This record gives sequence, C-alpha cells and structure tokens, in this order.
Amino acid sequence: MNDDQLLRYSRHILLPEIGVEGQEAILAARALIVGAGGLGSPAAMYLAAAGVGTLVLADDDTVDLTNLQRQILHSAEGVGRLKVESGRDTLHRLNPLARVETRALRLEGEALEAEVAAADVVLDCSDNFATRHAINRACAHHARPLVSGAAIRFDGQVSVFDLRQPDGACYHCLFPEGEDVEEVRCAVMGVFAPLTGIVGATQAAEALKLLSGCGATLDGRLLLLDSLSMNWRSVSFGRDPACPVCAERARAQA
Amino acid sequence: MDLKILYFASLREALGRGEESLPLPEGVTTVGQLRAYLHARGDAWQALGEGRNVRAAVNQRMARSDDTLQGGEEVAFFPPVTGG
Ligand SMILES: [Zn+2]
Repeated sequence: MNDDQLLRYSRHILLPEIGVEGQEAILAARALIVGAGGLGSPAAMYLAAAGVGTLVLADDDTVDLTNLQRQILHSAEGVGRLKVESGRDTLHRLNPLARVETRALRLEGEALEAEVAAADVVLDCSDNFATRHAINRACAHHARPLVSGAAIRFDGQVSVFDLRQPDGACYHCLFPEGEDVEEVRCAVMGVFAPLTGIVGATQAAEALKLLSGCGATLDGRLLLLDSLSMNWRSVSFGRDPACPVCAERARAQA
Repeated sequence: MDLKILYFASLREALGRGEESLPLPEGVTTVGQLRAYLHARGDAWQALGEGRNVRAAVNQRMARSDDTLQGGEEVAFFPPVTGG
C-alpha cells in the first residue's frame, strides 16, 4: 500500500481483526456482483469504498425512473443508461482506485462459469430463482464463496454459502429448485427502499469478512428480516444429503 | 406448552398474520403433519400446500417434514425471497 492507500483505508487498518494484512487481501481481491439494482447498489458501493481491487458488475438492464427510489448506484441523469455503466461511474467517483469491469448481459452458461471461476467472492444480488440457482451451481463447481441476498416488500433474506469448504451447504440445500416458486417482482409487489440497503450492506459485510478472513460469516445460517417490525430471525441449516448440486460437487472432489 | 408458529414474507402476507400459538393438535407428531394440519384450514392456507416452496425451521434450526414435534417448540415457516 502507498501512503494514499494507507490513509484512505486507515479506519480498516486500525481494526485489529482486519489490519494491514486483511486490507491487503481486500485490495488484491476480485468480487463478482450479479445484479446492479437494489442490493447490488449498496453492496458494490461499500466494496468499492472499502478497497476491493476489482469489481465485476453484471446486469443487462438499463436505469429506469422507478429504480431511483432505492438503487443508489444510479441517479436521475442515468435514466436510460446501462446500469453497469451508470454504476461504474458512481463507483469511480467513490473510489478512483477501484477497478470496475462491466458485463452488460444476463450472465449465464459459459460466461457465468468464467466469471465465477475468476472471482474470489460472488454476490448474488439478482432478482429471480433461475439466476440464483445458476450462480449457486457455478459457485459449487468452482468452490467459490457465495453471498446471497434477497429483498421484496418489507422482507429480506441473507446468507453465505462458503463453497470453499468441501462440506458446506449450498443455496439448493436451503431452497431446492423445481418446487412451485412464486416469482414476485418489485414492479408488482413494491419494495421498501432502505430494506435493499440493509440487505445489500449486509452482503458487503459478509464479502469483506470472507476476503479478509475475519470473524464468523453467515455460512450455515439464513437471516430473515421483517423490516416492518424490524425483527431479525436466524435459522441454521446444513447440507441436504439429497442435494443434487452437492452430490455433483462430491463427485468432482473424489 | 403451546407451539409458537411464525410465518414469514409472502406467507405472512397471504395468511394475514405473522404468528400464532396453539397446543400441539391431536394426531400431529411431525413438522409435515403440522403443515398438513394448517393447510387443511383451507383458503389462504393453501399457501402451505405440498409442493409449495416453503421451508420449516424448529427452534431456529432447519427442519425436515419427518422431524418430530412434542409441543412447546417454535416452528417457523418461510418461503424463499427472490427480489434484488
Ligand atoms: Zn447443496
């Protein structure tokens, strides 16, 4: 770190749990953020401000006026622009030292595999189950830690799947695919603006802990937030012995 | 001791309540049976039907449908939330 970096990140370095070593790990890291909306906004902003070396922002959407109520990466002059480009500009203003790579597409297939394989941590800030399961499979395949967040109406969920651990549980263990899923969208159901901030900032916190190796993450715990009553509930979970994604991992590791 | 049952997210919305307490119903000894008992209330309780993506936790630990209940537990039912 140069003097500018030592000063910029001094309030992290002062924390004995992070220190110079932890901050170096953060600076050297590459984080993949899937979704530059309500959750991706605060997550990316905190990661950029905190010094994550490379941020990869993936989203195929453009900024809409209805996004601005909560998607704080974007502002009025960004309406109509690609979210990843609007987001990159905001992140550069926050921290010119952060490298931001943009992927203006819906990450899937080979492209998703390649981005996950290249990342040190993956943040799922997406808005649909198909993407959530695809990201989970890629993280399981490449043994990458996954920080998963979701928010709708007044309800939030956040968890970590530390798939670097051979026996860690995955998203599919928690919420199996294929069951009747009710896809509810912000456009129809509404979403409480700061709820996305609370959940997205929690994702950033977990990602920084994973990268710097400090504390205990949410691995094996799902937090349920009801922001209307502001009650948090924690549910612990383990690997589902019947999970096909984990069975595939076990085969690959054998 | 009564069961304390919690409902989260879209379930709470559909059922119009976040929690209730009730004695362990007659014939209910597992999480799956409790879910079936609640589902049989009809109407909005269809949301707890088999095949609906709802998970259960007993005393804040993820539970399977054949996990046993004795009364007095806290049982939480929650669907996955997906918005981003
Ligand atoms: Zn699994």
